[in-house]
Amino acid sequence: MNGSRNYWPIAAAVIAALSAIIVLPVIYDEYALLQLTIYAILSVLALSLAFIWGYGGILSFGHAVFFGLGAYTYAIGAMNFGETTIALLLSMVIPALFAAALGYFLFYGRISDVYLGAITLTVTLIFFDLASSTSGPQYRIGQVALGGFNGIPSIPQLNVPGFPDWTLSTTELFILSVAILALVYISLRLLISSDFGRVVIAIKENEVRAELLGYDARKYKLVTFVIGGAIAGLAGCLFANWGGFTSPAVFALGQSVQIIIWMVVGGVGTLAGPVIGCVLMQWLTSSLASFGTVNNNLVLGGILVIVVLLLPQGLVPTIARLARGRRPVQRLDATAGALGATPAKSEVGA
Amino acid sequence: MDYLIAIGLEVVSGIASLVLISIGLAVVFGMMKVINLAHGEFLMMGGYATIAASKAGINIWIAILVIAPLVVGLVGLVVERLVIRHLYGRVIDTMLATWGLSLLFIGLVTTVFGNTTSGISSPLGAVNIGPIGFSAYKFFIVAVAVAVIVTLYLLFKLSRFGLIARATMQNADMSAALGVDPARVYAATFAIGSALAGLAGGVLAPVTGVVPSIGAAFVAKAFITVIGGGSAVLVGTLSASGIFATVNQLASFATTPVIGEVALLGAAIILLRLFPRGITGRFFKGRI
Repeated sequence: MNGSRNYWPIAAAVIAALSAIIVLPVIYDEYALLQLTIYAILSVLALSLAFIWGYGGILSFGHAVFFGLGAYTYAIGAMNFGETTIALLLSMVIPALFAAALGYFLFYGRISDVYLGAITLTVTLIFFDLASSTSGPQYRIGQVALGGFNGIPSIPQLNVPGFPDWTLSTTELFILSVAILALVYISLRLLISSDFGRVVIAIKENEVRAELLGYDARKYKLVTFVIGGAIAGLAGCLFANWGGFTSPAVFALGQSVQIIIWMVVGGVGTLAGPVIGCVLMQWLTSSLASFGTVNNNLVLGGILVIVVLLLPQGLVPTIARLARGRRPVQRLDATAGALGATPAKSEVGA
Repeated sequence: MDYLIAIGLEVVSGIASLVLISIGLAVVFGMMKVINLAHGEFLMMGGYATIAASKAGINIWIAILVIAPLVVGLVGLVVERLVIRHLYGRVIDTMLATWGLSLLFIGLVTTVFGNTTSGISSPLGAVNIGPIGFSAYKFFIVAVAVAVIVTLYLLFKLSRFGLIARATMQNADMSAALGVDPARVYAATFAIGSALAGLAGGVLAPVTGVVPSIGAAFVAKAFITVIGGGSAVLVGTLSASGIFATVNQLASFATTPVIGEVALLGAAIILLRLFPRGITGRFFKGRI
């Protein structure tokens, strides 16, 4: 099966990440780097849903719950332990465990489509309500007061494992975030082209047929969900590092919507699309905020409506199709083989 | 005894509010299998229409009962024409597009009215039952909810439009073959759903006040209630509202409103796990 694997996207990701890590800290000051870091962190979040929804076919309306859990877990862990390595690991383990519990509940209950959307949405709202109501000194985990609506301030920065005093500088956090983004992208690429990934895609395409071939769809969906949850948790951990702060807003409906918008704009069923969508929309949001004249929601909402109506496949698949001269769109595996020729076209498989 | 009556009244008015919030979405979902995630903003616009009209000197009852549903019903017609119509049969795309619409409306209303809370005072006074005082407006909310349910029942069960709408819901191709234009039926249904949302927004405006972002508070509850109720519009909405609002009010009484909210959401999750197609996917099949 390895014959049809396509290594161009991976090579491109490595080159892009290395050049970003080497070049950008030289030409930008720390403030600009900090702005770029958030793009990388949110792109990791975008990738986690890109995997769950785009390849696993599981549309979660509450994906931010794992992101928020990661941020809160890191904050609570880092402030209690002093050393951040365990907190970093927990920020992936706890969301993954929660995804496992929720996923077991959903997939083994054969819940899908709109109903799955309703439940995941409800779960984030519960977290939002609960996290918002934890103001007051009685709500604390270890030494950390949860702070209710105001959240947890002054979260310690990550330190190099084993060296509690060596905390990451702004530049180092940027490098780490870009490196993690590249690592997550490459891992997901490899996972998708593995036997496991093929089964996941098969289940998305036709669950009944995959089950008739002997694959337990529930199990595969559960594993997909857990992997996505862990990655989103990691993004949450980085986010808590980036701002040194976390609040119930990470669980808010708007946060979950945002991830879905990135995916719809970039292209569902690709990995590069959601990253591009994320960077594009974030850049747009922050530029609009600095203008201050046009309402942010107005523009975001308008873009979402227009994209759904006019570019239902999203930017990346549409551009890829145009680049290939409107040949009929082939399915994932076929395109991966057909596209190996040039790096410019390899975005399709990406 | 007084205490029990008080709890009972709170529960009933909670159910009535939830019915009002959800019924517009339920009509659209039940008849067209379209989930309108801009539903919360339809309520919000109903609220603004009411407040704007009453500030312009129009009688408050006319503002609530006529202006709000009319304005939002028209908005619904436009939205159906420009967006929903192109996405029939694509459930997820419809949800995404209406989510975009929801942001668009929030932005639009913020630009026009500003990002502040506006309100009007509740038009009825208080009623005393024993030693406990109640806002008489709560009785009005219950009355409107009952009237809406009865009217919809009569409309769908007895009128010609209802017959055509139910037939189209069951089999659009067959009714098209019999000379019905499904596109017009859908447009009318969507407009009715929107008008109901506008009415709910108008009715609730004196209680909640309005702010451009208030839709988010409504849409999640409405979405959960409609999905929990399942495909039968009236029975589903009534039964799901009944369960959720009762759980919510009782938990709020026992603890805090936040825990009450969480209990409602928890009840919704358990219900959907037990009946993955909603209550009426299991019971009351084939009703409206």
